[in-house]
Amino acid sequence: MSTGQLPRWVDLGLIPLINLVAAFFVSGLVVILIGESPVEAVQVLIWGSLGFGEGIGFTLFYATNFIFTGLAVAVAFHAGLFNIGGEGQAYIGGLGVAAACLLLDHIVPWWVTMPFAVAGAALMGAAWAFIPGYLQATRGSHVVITTIMFNFIAASLMVYLLVNVIGEAGSMQPETRTFVEGGRLPFLTDIIPGVDFGTAPVNFSLILALLACIGVWLLIWRTRLGYEIRSYGANPDAAVYAGINPVRTIVITMMISGGLAGMMAINEVMGSQHRLLIEFVTGYGFVGIAVALMGRAHPVGIVLAAILFGMLYQGGAELSFEIPAITRDMIVVIQGLVILFAGALEYMFRPTLVRLFASRRAPAAAAG
Amino acid sequence: MFETFILLLDSTVRLSTPLLLACLAGLYSERAGIVDIGLEGKMLGAAFGAGAVGYLSGNAWVGLMAGIGVSVGLALIHGFASITNRGNQIVSGVAINFLAAGLTALLGQSWFNQGGRTPTLSQGGRFQNIELPFAEALRDVPVIGPIYSELLSGHNILVYAAFAAVPLTWWVLFRTRFGLRLRAVGENPAAVDTAGISVVWLRYRAVIVCGMLCGLAGSYLSIAQSAGFIVNMTAGKGFIALAALIFAKWRPGYAMFACLLFGFLDALAIRLQGQELPGIGEIPVQFFQALPYILTVILLAGFIGKAVPPKAAGVPYLKERT
Repeated sequence: MSTGQLPRWVDLGLIPLINLVAAFFVSGLVVILIGESPVEAVQVLIWGSLGFGEGIGFTLFYATNFIFTGLAVAVAFHAGLFNIGGEGQAYIGGLGVAAACLLLDHIVPWWVTMPFAVAGAALMGAAWAFIPGYLQATRGSHVVITTIMFNFIAASLMVYLLVNVIGEAGSMQPETRTFVEGGRLPFLTDIIPGVDFGTAPVNFSLILALLACIGVWLLIWRTRLGYEIRSYGANPDAAVYAGINPVRTIVITMMISGGLAGMMAINEVMGSQHRLLIEFVTGYGFVGIAVALMGRAHPVGIVLAAILFGMLYQGGAELSFEIPAITRDMIVVIQGLVILFAGALEYMFRPTLVRLFASRRAPAAAAG
Repeated sequence: MFETFILLLDSTVRLSTPLLLACLAGLYSERAGIVDIGLEGKMLGAAFGAGAVGYLSGNAWVGLMAGIGVSVGLALIHGFASITNRGNQIVSGVAINFLAAGLTALLGQSWFNQGGRTPTLSQGGRFQNIELPFAEALRDVPVIGPIYSELLSGHNILVYAAFAAVPLTWWVLFRTRFGLRLRAVGENPAAVDTAGISVVWLRYRAVIVCGMLCGLAGSYLSIAQSAGFIVNMTAGKGFIALAALIFAKWRPGYAMFACLLFGFLDALAIRLQGQELPGIGEIPVQFFQALPYILTVILLAGFIGKAVPPKAAGVPYLKERT
């Protein structure tokens, strides 16, 4: 199925929209199946996520996580790599954030700690993605499988570290001590005048996430490395023939991807929880796949998709409160359907559209 | 000492069974060129279907049929996405895992109101352990007695089915026409197509067999090993099975040994929990949990032989350019 058969706006706008509508349509059927009203569910969901300041705050807080993990998946996509290890990379990234905060929080204010935390998160995430990237590049071990394995290894490692090594002594919970002021990012509700996000933990990380979007856009479309990444993704053989070093491209791409995933930990650990605890990633890494797919691996698309998923998370929480029969698991179902329709079944509606547009264009072509 | 070892092997067999069934499921699919990281989701769906219907009907066999039905349904979604629509097989697998995780918990809560669990099954709703003939009589015979009556006897029917499926899978794949074609379609679908055999139908059959075996694996968890479904009861077993499949280099016999090895590690971890080993100290349980994945990565890196997947695995087949 080649490109160019359809106008650009159909490819980039209409098809994703149709896929999304299909996913939500099936989600509506699930809601009917458990005996609730989909219309009411949608109303609660939208009101819960956008209807009041605190709701918007939570939506943006979740969106921050999804921007980072979505960008991580997207960067790897551009090189034709599928990094589904965002989950593990973000988890390990938490180590870097916690290290910076635990060492510095008593000594310096947050804006001094922050660059170290960012660097720590990115380095740890990148390190965790390095091995799968290196093995893919040099030994041909498929990066999908190795990153899955590394997710599980990360989970075991983090439980071990938090229980036996870095966990707070004397505490029954497997977590570090709580950071003091110097290890906490300010909440946006406190630093932006006239904005009230209530108790929502949306914090300075959102600004970092938006900066990361600009950074990724510059990297992919405005630098030599980005050109190499895209060339390699489009056609590895041609790229190698043109003199692009495949090992270097794969390893660097995976490390950038891992670093972005790792930075998700800033939002959770330094921005909201103020301590390192087990399972703080809880699926955000996987949702990044859906976000990148829906956002077509472009930063603008990713921000929009991340906000949509943020709405689902926050609205879903509100939904399970208002309509107890629709538990938070409904969000997981919707995510699954979005991944299915926007990702795996991406081409399902395409032949129909091609036929539709071909029949419209044919008379014009004959006349011309 | 010997007694302890037999008990350890006994729990190894119990823990390996779901891995083995799921691993063989993945084998059929991947040998036909359809990568399946949705084993986990299909197992979970089957566990829920079997648990729910097993409870409602009070009959283990009816529950098993429901489990297989759910799993095959999910397998067909995967097939529709990756064969008919030539979508990305990894993405489709991820979607299946999400769908199963969400739907089982959501529907479980909505139907049974026990936090996503199904109610505890009655005796009839579960598969009972089978005593092999003479198991009691031979119990006191040294060496052979414990091996026969503890290790080989006293499992439920799905355990025996799983181990019987190993030679059966070997025979199907390497001694039948269907198996030859199935392997061919995973290596070079164009050649199969040229021979006048439908690539699409062949791959669909492989995916359906995969769904059936995952159905057995998931049902084992909820209506044989335990007495009901609990939320996320697969807990990564589908991914361990995937690791075992790679570890076994996509071969049935090796698959059995890989699953027994991973099952043994699991059993050992439970056994050694909180115990000091002489000279080593206490080995953290997380080490054993991570070991199957670490071993698989080392294998994938080519340090223990080389794991070469079927050549066309993950590549959608396109008959002609449109």
